[in-house]
Amino acid sequence: MLSIRDLHAEVEGKNILKGLNLEIREGEVHAIMGPNGSGKSTLGHVLSGRPGYEITQGSVEFLGKDLLELDTEERAHEGLFLAFQYPVEIPGVSNMEFLKASVDAVRESQGASAYDTVGFMRRAREACTAADLDQAFLKRGVNEGFSGGEKKRNELMQMMLLEPRLCILDETDSGLDIDALQVVASGVNAMRSESRSFLLVTHYQRLLDYIEPDFVHVLADGRIIRSGDKSLALELEAKGYSWLDDGEVA
Amino acid sequence: MSQEQIDRAFAKDYAAGFTTDIESDTLPPGLTEDTIRFISAKKNEPEWLLEWRLGAFQVWREMAGPDWAHVDYTEVDFQSISYYSQPKSMEDRPKSLDEVDPELLATYEKLGIPLHEQEALAGVAVDVVFDSVSVATTFRAKLAEAGVLFCSISEAVQQYPDLVRKHLGSVVPRKDNFYAALNSAVFSDGSFVYIPKGVRCPMELSTYFRINEANTGQFERTLIIADEGSHVSYLEGCTAPMRDENQLHAAVVELVALDDAEIKYSTVQNWYPGDAEGKGGIYNFVTKRGLAHTNAKISWTQVETGSAVTWKYPSCILRGDNSVGEFYSVALTNNLQQADTGTKMIHLGKNTRSTIISKGISAGKSSNAYRGLVRVGPTAKGARNYTQCDSLLIGDQCAAHTFPYIESKNPSGIIEHEATTSKVSDDQLYLCQQRGLDPEKAVSMIVNGFCKEVFKELPMEFAVEAGKLLEVSLEGSVG
Ligand SMILES: Nc1ncnc2c1ncn2[C@@H]1O[C@H](COP(=O)(O)OP(=O)(O)O)[C@@H](O)[C@H]1O
Ligand SMILES: [Mg+2]
Repeated sequence: MLSIRDLHAEVEGKNILKGLNLEIREGEVHAIMGPNGSGKSTLGHVLSGRPGYEITQGSVEFLGKDLLELDTEERAHEGLFLAFQYPVEIPGVSNMEFLKASVDAVRESQGASAYDTVGFMRRAREACTAADLDQAFLKRGVNEGFSGGEKKRNELMQMMLLEPRLCILDETDSGLDIDALQVVASGVNAMRSESRSFLLVTHYQRLLDYIEPDFVHVLADGRIIRSGDKSLALELEAKGYSWLDDGEVA
Repeated sequence: MSQEQIDRAFAKDYAAGFTTDIESDTLPPGLTEDTIRFISAKKNEPEWLLEWRLGAFQVWREMAGPDWAHVDYTEVDFQSISYYSQPKSMEDRPKSLDEVDPELLATYEKLGIPLHEQEALAGVAVDVVFDSVSVATTFRAKLAEAGVLFCSISEAVQQYPDLVRKHLGSVVPRKDNFYAALNSAVFSDGSFVYIPKGVRCPMELSTYFRINEANTGQFERTLIIADEGSHVSYLEGCTAPMRDENQLHAAVVELVALDDAEIKYSTVQNWYPGDAEGKGGIYNFVTKRGLAHTNAKISWTQVETGSAVTWKYPSCILRGDNSVGEFYSVALTNNLQQADTGTKMIHLGKNTRSTIISKGISAGKSSNAYRGLVRVGPTAKGARNYTQCDSLLIGDQCAAHTFPYIESKNPSGIIEHEATTSKVSDDQLYLCQQRGLDPEKAVSMIVNGFCKEVFKELPMEFAVEAGKLLEVSLEGSVG
């Protein structure tokens, strides 16, 4: 579904990704761990097409298309979703309005008919409940005055409604208490399917207690320096990242 | 957001920019006493009104244009403007809509304002002013049942001279300011409304102004009188064709709310703003003021998206005790548009209250200024004002300014002022795009969200229209 080959990217003249390779097939769950500043968020932004990043080398193929050729919103239309590490506020635009507009835009691009308002509201309410958010959040401005945890659950709600093919979650678990963590985990688990894949960026093994990954990768200094199965995460938890430093990072 | 994206999102298509091919009687350019005598004679006006106009002309000749506003434009050459233009077919004034030139009706259809009553917006009566004359007023019979008078001001001068004579210039005196004096001298048409005592007007009243002829100015005059305990909601909309020259629109609106009356006045102003290089567009120099008697309420709501230069301060004189003034404004400027707009709340009566909510949106290289005065007079014991003034910047080549003036002569008054400036951030746009929205849709959604507090004050029938107008103003011509 996604193949990243030798990806190099820079922002403001600074090299961040330095030859990253990653292959995600349909239905797989990949976890990426790595020290702060190693380029995890950058990877998410580069994939989703945030302006300001320059790709200096490499290629990314997503569902048979050259991802890097697509506009930001076209990538979303193809089914790529990024749950932000730091979701921004859009004052005055209600969550419901925003959700309806995004779902309509994505469905329209795929040639699917728009949901009628009543049908959509029912779905939105269900997603709200699944994300353990009060229905009142649908009426509030997008992320406006939400707590950190509420913002993260709001991202989850959007993800559920948009039904993407590839979900990238950038530290969605950071700053969540154990109950909220379980909400996110069960949301993700409910969405797992043979045609949907996940890329989970996380610092904590505990998320992987609830969402069992097929692969775990360690990202350091802009490259994946180690890949393994879920036991790698446990090992990292026990030993920290420095254990990998010797000889692994060029 | 990159400059390119902004440009794309804001590359406006001015949908109302067509001209109508209609034969008109247009006075040659120039302004002298004879011009005024001509207009007055054309309208068969009584002697007192001619004298009133000539008096205004005298005053105007001794005045200079305002130079304090934060706008910059080539001076208007008042001798190059034509002060009167009417469609030829109006020579024998139509008695009913069936007699109105079909070309004219088609113009309004195109603007989305069907005038045939059976097709018209349910519950909205419309007066239509084309260049210098009112061409049609709908639903008059229905309004007459309730005793509501709604017609063009020229007609009111003939039919209700006492009401006109009593109130004309009572809120905006002839010598009030340069453009008000000019308007008083040369006003051609406009709407007149009278709501009798205790009557709640059974429908929304609305006037659509359209400038069609080249080189004409539009100087309309609107007078609304709400008698004791009455209630009316009125909306005006304005458009003009795209022309390379600047055209002048200098209107005066006077509202009189007698004891316990309520007037809600909404404007959706979409005069031609000029092109991306700042060529052409309407100079919108307007004086709007309401006088509120005891327990009366006057509420101004405006959505200003058009005009090359806007200079406009709908104001309230809160003369009666417990009277209430409100001002809700959205002003959007793009390209090289300039707006200097705001309000004046003059508190004279005891326990008078006013609210000001202003939302300024600047894009392109435009300049958008809020200018507001809150004055609490010595007699205004217990007066209160709340002002909230928010600016939203799109891109980094535009400007927003806030000029609040507060004059308090009574220590018991409470005046609160809040102001914010924000930008449509790259991150907000990125979020929207990541969720599948194109940049134009994203910008228009963000801007609409920013304006929500004002839109909810518009009459229901028009809130949707205003939202769409912003969307159109923001929509690109991409693809
Ligand atoms: N806009 C930017 N300008 C300059 N440096 C940046 C910018 N964005 C990220 N970086 C730098 O890139 C590196 C990787 O950042 P990031 O991808 O956010 O790391 P992670 O998510 O792994 O903690 C960091 O050193 C960070 O400071
Ligand atoms: Mg990060």
